[in-house]
Amino acid sequence: MLFWQILIDGFAISSLYALGAMGFALIFGVSGVLNLSHGALMVAAVVAAWAAGNDLHVGPYVGAALGVFVGFAASLITYFLIVRPLQQSRKIREEEREIFILTATLLWGIMIQELIAYLYTNNAKTVAPIVEGVVSLAGVRTPSNEIFTAVVCWLAIGLLWLLVNRTRAGKAVLAASMNPRGVTLLGVELSQVYIVIWAIYGVLAGIAGVLLGMFLGVSSYSVGPLTASAFSIVVLGGLGSVSGALIAAYVVGYLETLTAYLISPAYRTIPALLLLVIVIYVSPRGLLGRR
Amino acid sequence: MRALSTTRVLLIVLAVAVVAAFLPFWFSGYILGLLTLAYYFGVFAMAWDLLFGFAGEVNFGPTFLIGTGAYTAGILDNLYQPPIAVCLVAGALAAVAGGVILALPALRVRGPYFGLTTLVAVLMLQNFIVVDASLTGGEIGLTVPDVISVSDATNYEIALWFMAASAAILFSLSRSPVGLILQASGQDAVQAGALGFNVTKHKLAAFIISAFFSGLAGGLLIFYLGSASVGTLVDITVGVQIIIAAVLGGRRTILGAVLGAVFLIAMSEALRPLGDLSNFVVSALALVVVLLFPSGLLGLLTRSRETV
Repeated sequence: MLFWQILIDGFAISSLYALGAMGFALIFGVSGVLNLSHGALMVAAVVAAWAAGNDLHVGPYVGAALGVFVGFAASLITYFLIVRPLQQSRKIREEEREIFILTATLLWGIMIQELIAYLYTNNAKTVAPIVEGVVSLAGVRTPSNEIFTAVVCWLAIGLLWLLVNRTRAGKAVLAASMNPRGVTLLGVELSQVYIVIWAIYGVLAGIAGVLLGMFLGVSSYSVGPLTASAFSIVVLGGLGSVSGALIAAYVVGYLETLTAYLISPAYRTIPALLLLVIVIYVSPRGLLGRR
Repeated sequence: MRALSTTRVLLIVLAVAVVAAFLPFWFSGYILGLLTLAYYFGVFAMAWDLLFGFAGEVNFGPTFLIGTGAYTAGILDNLYQPPIAVCLVAGALAAVAGGVILALPALRVRGPYFGLTTLVAVLMLQNFIVVDASLTGGEIGLTVPDVISVSDATNYEIALWFMAASAAILFSLSRSPVGLILQASGQDAVQAGALGFNVTKHKLAAFIISAFFSGLAGGLLIFYLGSASVGTLVDITVGVQIIIAAVLGGRRTILGAVLGAVFLIAMSEALRPLGDLSNFVVSALALVVVLLFPSGLLGLLTRSRETV
C-alpha cells in the first residue's frame, strides 16, 4: 500500500521535476547559460493562469494556455533583455561573463518575484485543475490530476524529443549543443538557435509551472526553491545533458518522496542535497555530464 | 584606480574613515544604525570580492561563513557567557574551519559546480539551524544576552573602524604579490601552477582570510543586533545582497564592495515609502548597473576622473 503510494506520488513529482529542469538543461547545454530566473518564470506562468481563472473567469483550459504563453513570453523577454546584451557586451571580459549572467538573471528573478508579490500578494495560489476527481490505482486513491500531470509531462518530453531529433531547427539545436563553433561553420546562425531554445524553454517552463500550480500550488516564495531544485537536478544529471537531467529528476523526486513518507516531511530536501554533494565530489561532471 | 599607488589609496581610505568618524555629531541614531549595518555588510562584500574577484571562485554561499561565525559566537555567549572577545575569536575560528571545509571541493571542482556546492553548504547550515532549534533558536532566532554597547555612536565607531581596518588589510593583500598570484590562479590555474606557484596553498589562504573576516564581522553584527536569525544572517537572499553589493561597487576592487553595500542600504532606505515595491526598484537599479556599467560604481568614478 505505502509502496504503491510512494511509487505513484514519486512518479508524478519526478515527472514535474523532469519537465521543469529539462529546458534549463537545454539552455545550459547549448549556450552555457545558467538561468537563475528559472523559478520566477515558472511562478509567473502559474500566477498568470491563476489570475486568468480568478479575475477574468475564464475556463481552466484557457487559463492554462494563458499561463504557458506567459512562460513563453517571459522566457523570450529574459533572453532579449538580459542574456543577449550580456553575451554580446564588449565591456565584460570573457571569463567573467558567466558570473554576470548569473547575477543579472538572479536580479531579474527577484524583480519578477517582487512584482508578483506586489500585484498578487505572497499567498499561495492553486490553479483550478483541468481534470478533477479521484481514481483508485493499485489500491491507492489517487487524484486524477496527479495522473494527468504525469501524462502531460511525458507528452511534452516526447514532443521535445521529436522536435530535437526529427526537425531541422531541432537538429541545429542538437548540433549546437555538441559543438557551437562547428554549427556556425555549417552556416547555422547561432543566435537563431538561441532564440529557438529560449522559446522551447519558455513553453516547457510554462507547462511545468501551470501543472505545478494545479498539483501543489505555488507562492512568490517558491521562486528560490524552484530554481534551486532545477539547478541541483541539472548538476546531478550532468550540466548540459538533457537525458542526465531526466534520470536525475527521478532520483531526486523519489528520494524526496521516500524521505517525506518514511522519515518526516521536514527533512524532505536533505537527502537529495547530501547525494548532490557526494556526486559532485566523486564525479564533478554529474551522472552524464559533458561540460 | 590602477594608477594610484597602494599607499595613496590607503591614505584616502584613512581620510574617508576619519571624516566618517565625525558623522555621529550630525546624524540621528537611526541613520547611524543603518550605516553600522552597511559597514558590516561592506566587510561581508569585501571578503566575498577577495574570493571571487581575485581567486575566481564563484561563491554563492558567503552566508555559510558568516552564519558559522555568527552562530558559533552567539551560541557560546548564550550558553556560557564568556567575555565577548572570546566569543568573537571562537566565531572567527569556526568560520575559518568552515572556510577550509568549503575550500576542499573548490580545489577539485570549478565554476558552476563549485557554485552549487556553496549553495548546498548554505542550505545545509540553514537546515541544521532550523532543525536543531534547542541550541540555535531555530526559525525564531537566537537571543544573544550580551551586547557590545547600547550607544548608537559607539556601535557606529566600532563598525566603522573594523570596516576600515578590514578594508586596509584586504586591499593591501589584493595589491601584494599574493594577490597577484591569486588573480593568476583564478584566471588560469594550470598556467599559474606551471609558473611554479602553489595554487592550492594560495587558494586555501584566500578561503581562510575571507572566512576569517566574514566570521568576525558576523560575530560583531550579532553582538550589535542582540540576536541572530536565519533571515538576517544565513538565508540565500542575504548572500544575494552581498553579491549584488560587491558587483555593484565593482569587482576586483575590494573597496568598491563597501561603496556597493552603503549604496544598497541607502537605496532600500530611501525607497521605503514605495513599500513592497522598493525591493523591486532596488533590484532593477542593480540590474541596470550590471547591464550598462559592468565595472561597477567604483569603475564609473575612476573613469570619470581619468577623463577630467
